[in-house]
Amino acid sequence: MSDTKAVNKALFDYLLWLGDNSLILGHRLSEWCGHGPILEEDIAITNIALDLIGLSRLYYTYAGELEGKGRSEDDLAYLRDVMDFKNSILAEQLNGDFANTIMRQFLFTAFSYHLQNAMLTSTNEQLRAIAEKAIKETTYHLRHCSDWIIRLGDGTEESHKRVQDAVDNLWMLTDDLFEPMESDKLLIAEKIAPEMGAIRKQWDATIKQVLDEATIKTPEPSYMMKSGRKGIHTEHLGFLLAEMQFMQRAYPGAKW
Amino acid sequence: MATKEQILDYLQEVFDPEVPVLSVVDLGIVRKIEIDAEGTHITITPTYTGCPAMNVIEEDIRAKMKEKGISSFDIKTILSPAWTTDWISEEGKQKLKDYGIAPPEKSSPDKGLLSNHAKVLKCPRCGSMNTEMKSFFGSTACKSLYVCNDCKEPFDYFKCL
Ligand SMILES: [Zn+2]
Repeated sequence: MSDTKAVNKALFDYLLWLGDNSLILGHRLSEWCGHGPILEEDIAITNIALDLIGLSRLYYTYAGELEGKGRSEDDLAYLRDVMDFKNSILAEQLNGDFANTIMRQFLFTAFSYHLQNAMLTSTNEQLRAIAEKAIKETTYHLRHCSDWIIRLGDGTEESHKRVQDAVDNLWMLTDDLFEPMESDKLLIAEKIAPEMGAIRKQWDATIKQVLDEATIKTPEPSYMMKSGRKGIHTEHLGFLLAEMQFMQRAYPGAKW
Repeated sequence: MATKEQILDYLQEVFDPEVPVLSVVDLGIVRKIEIDAEGTHITITPTYTGCPAMNVIEEDIRAKMKEKGISSFDIKTILSPAWTTDWISEEGKQKLKDYGIAPPEKSSPDKGLLSNHAKVLKCPRCGSMNTEMKSFFGSTACKSLYVCNDCKEPFDYFKCL
């Protein structure tokens, strides 16, 4: 017999992790609004940002219900402090140039895609429903980023260099995507959440396939930063939250 | 008390704010209408998770029900089964075309996972097949941007989901 309370707490933490990943990356992408390299890409990035923010709302709403303390999606997004955020450090990184943004997006989206795919068979009905909804959009996002990586990597000398630099710089943050928490074991035992090992293998294959086609070298294993889920973040997240949470902090309870 | 058919008729008068020729019924987001002793229960499903129109649509349904004198009703949102463009009615597809938006093709699992291959589409304005995709992501989450190489007009394609 498993302890329902412990499982629910583990699931709550898991949902926050999923929601934070989606919200923080979505917010980062939204910073491109009006600054895209070309109009079509400006629109594409902001479309993806909207999908991600929409997805975070689903996770937060469910997390709030599960917690049963009456916290809404907005409370979870706007009224938690930086150390309470569980997102991967990859998601919070600065946009940098377009190659960096699209590489960050590609590394993350390939991860989301395989994770959501595995969650289609979760024993948790709500998680399954969210995955079923999200994966259709994630598939489009993955194609979009892959296209760019290949086009830029296999492009000019300058674009190739920028894409290679981007993956070299971001690589040390990629293990953090897969970093489990002790409490995940409860969810894996109940087949609510998938094991990370299989997802890691699929991710490795997708990344390699696209980078190869883009004539980009997959970086060698090296030092990896892994702390996002524990709430230990890079300096960038605090600044992001300061802007994102400003309205609710300055005018608590403000509504549209 | 209004019947299911009447409620459906009322919902035909609620339009998607982003594609104002399609009603929420044409769009296939009304999944269920139930009427029992407690009132009318309407179940809807979102098109895209981040679609900003969903809140407006819910508000508009509320306003329409009130306008029609339906006082006890609730609106429930479900995620599963996930919305697909296949649920857009034939009538809806025709309305899209008349409005200048190329309707979605049948949602086959679209080609390879890792690469976009644009579909060959017919220009909704002049009927030419000599068209090309300019951007997979268009003016709203549900559309892609195309241009017709013959009549030179850009047009939206309601992409498959
Ligand atoms: Zn034409």
